[in-house]
Amino acid sequence: MTNLRYNYFPGCSLERNAEAYHKSSMAIAGPLGLEFAEIDDWNCCGATEYISLHMLASYAIIARNLAQAARNSPDNGQASAHDLVAPCSACYLNLSKCDKYMRTDTDLAEKVNLALAAGGLSYKPGSVHVRHLLDVVVNDVGSSKIKAQVTRPLKGLRVAPYYGCLISRPGLRTDEHDPEYPTSLDDLLECLGAEVVDFPLKTHCCGGHMTQISEGTGFELIRQLVKGAADYHADMIVTVCPMCQLNLDAFQSAMNRYFKTTYHVPVLYFTQMMGLAFGQNAVTLGIGAELVDARPALAKIGVEVPPPPEAEGAPKRKRDDKSLPMPKMSKQADAATREAKP
Amino acid sequence: MAEGAPSVPERLSFLDEVQARTPGESRLLMCIQCGTCGGSCPSGADMQHTPRHIFAMIRADMREEVLSSNTPWYCVSCYYCTVRCPQDVHITDIMYTLKRMSLVGHSYDSSTAPDFSKMFINWVENYGRAFELGLMSQHMLRHNPLGVFKIADMGIGMVTKGRMAFTPKRIQGMAGLKQIIAKAKELEETHD
Ligand code: SF4
Ligand code: SF4
Repeated sequence: MTNLRYNYFPGCSLERNAEAYHKSSMAIAGPLGLEFAEIDDWNCCGATEYISLHMLASYAIIARNLAQAARNSPDNGQASAHDLVAPCSACYLNLSKCDKYMRTDTDLAEKVNLALAAGGLSYKPGSVHVRHLLDVVVNDVGSSKIKAQVTRPLKGLRVAPYYGCLISRPGLRTDEHDPEYPTSLDDLLECLGAEVVDFPLKTHCCGGHMTQISEGTGFELIRQLVKGAADYHADMIVTVCPMCQLNLDAFQSAMNRYFKTTYHVPVLYFTQMMGLAFGQNAVTLGIGAELVDARPALAKIGVEVPPPPEAEGAPKRKRDDKSLPMPKMSKQADAATREAKP
Repeated sequence: MAEGAPSVPERLSFLDEVQARTPGESRLLMCIQCGTCGGSCPSGADMQHTPRHIFAMIRADMREEVLSSNTPWYCVSCYYCTVRCPQDVHITDIMYTLKRMSLVGHSYDSSTAPDFSKMFINWVENYGRAFELGLMSQHMLRHNPLGVFKIADMGIGMVTKGRMAFTPKRIQGMAGLKQIIAKAKELEETHD
């Protein structure tokens, strides 16, 4: 079986905050017969910020990536050769929307190319086919090949499939799937043996950068999603986007504090769930980097994750401890100070 | 010229300007004021005007009121309205256009939102990459230093788990990227 080869655009989040998503994507690629070639020296897609300030420059920086991907495309006759895969929903949206608008708005395409030329590049609209990783896994690999890899079915684990907004809607109404009620992730998780919750908020927005702009607005969106999953007794939320993961996982405790609630719903990537079902090692999949502890939920499927190492200088803090984190002296130093006292 | 004769407008109407600054076809004129957008909007409750209301104001040439509204800056870009709009108005794109226009005349300088975007693109323009968490802490320290204490445990958690860095990696083709950005900004200005 020859592997399917794709150009790969990791995006800034996957370099650090969402490294677990990158690791797990790479880990499942082999068993699924996928090969990812990271495009050369890619740049940030601008998220939702660049376009809020500059229109043309935002399309130009996105198009720089498309130009790099086009140069990277091997003419090997494979259907996937011109596909550019983005695991991050925001990158996916920006890249695909830029290509789409350049195809339909010739004035925009012309100006973007004038800008690219200043950096020695050019991009012919339509020459790269931008896809989200979920789409590739579901449609190019397909359920029978996926099922064939499952050695540890996620039996008994209740999961809330969370698509978020950006992969559900950018194709707008031309896409094959329903922009409000897609089912591809539901089906995929079922393939892995999980008990999939019919999650009504599956395409609701996680709030993007809203926690930074208006706390109340941002936390409320997070609360609705976490509560939605908890109401359906989901053991965890499964996500396809680093921004959704960040909002629902890293801000969950701040949200709880804001509303005086006690939700505890871990949030993992779909690629991590696939790796687990394939019998892969949790650490290889980046499990353990989430802030809302996923270990109790994973214990249900017999997965043991080693406890996180206690970081130096990061003392364990009580839940309701509102004081500032203070550096603590080591035991010896502490004892030495006490001994030195008269 | 006879007294009272209508004078030729010297500049584009607000409506024309919004349409011209939106890539592709905004379809703003197709809005039938049905309110589906506002009803679908996750930020609707905190917006000073619903998207439907904003579109009516644009057509009524209420430039200042529209550009000083918090509405565009409360748009989280979820595209809910856009897929639901029966008239296929490109609502999210129009919100981005309004954000940009609100900064030109400093109509919406008070909010922390434009500042967040500015910090973000500053990373991109100097490193070619961004790092949302470094940015969040920087933004919070500037605008909501007390908020930092509230999420201190999160910060510690992110550091402990290796998910936090303070600067992004710099790309190699930074010089080329800078030239592309400069040229695009120049073209955008001549477009005005
Ligand atoms: S949903 Fe569309 S047609 Fe209805 S008010 Fe909003 S923009 Fe206008
Ligand atoms: S895209 Fe913006 S205006 Fe439209 S529903 Fe989402 S937040 Fe509201």
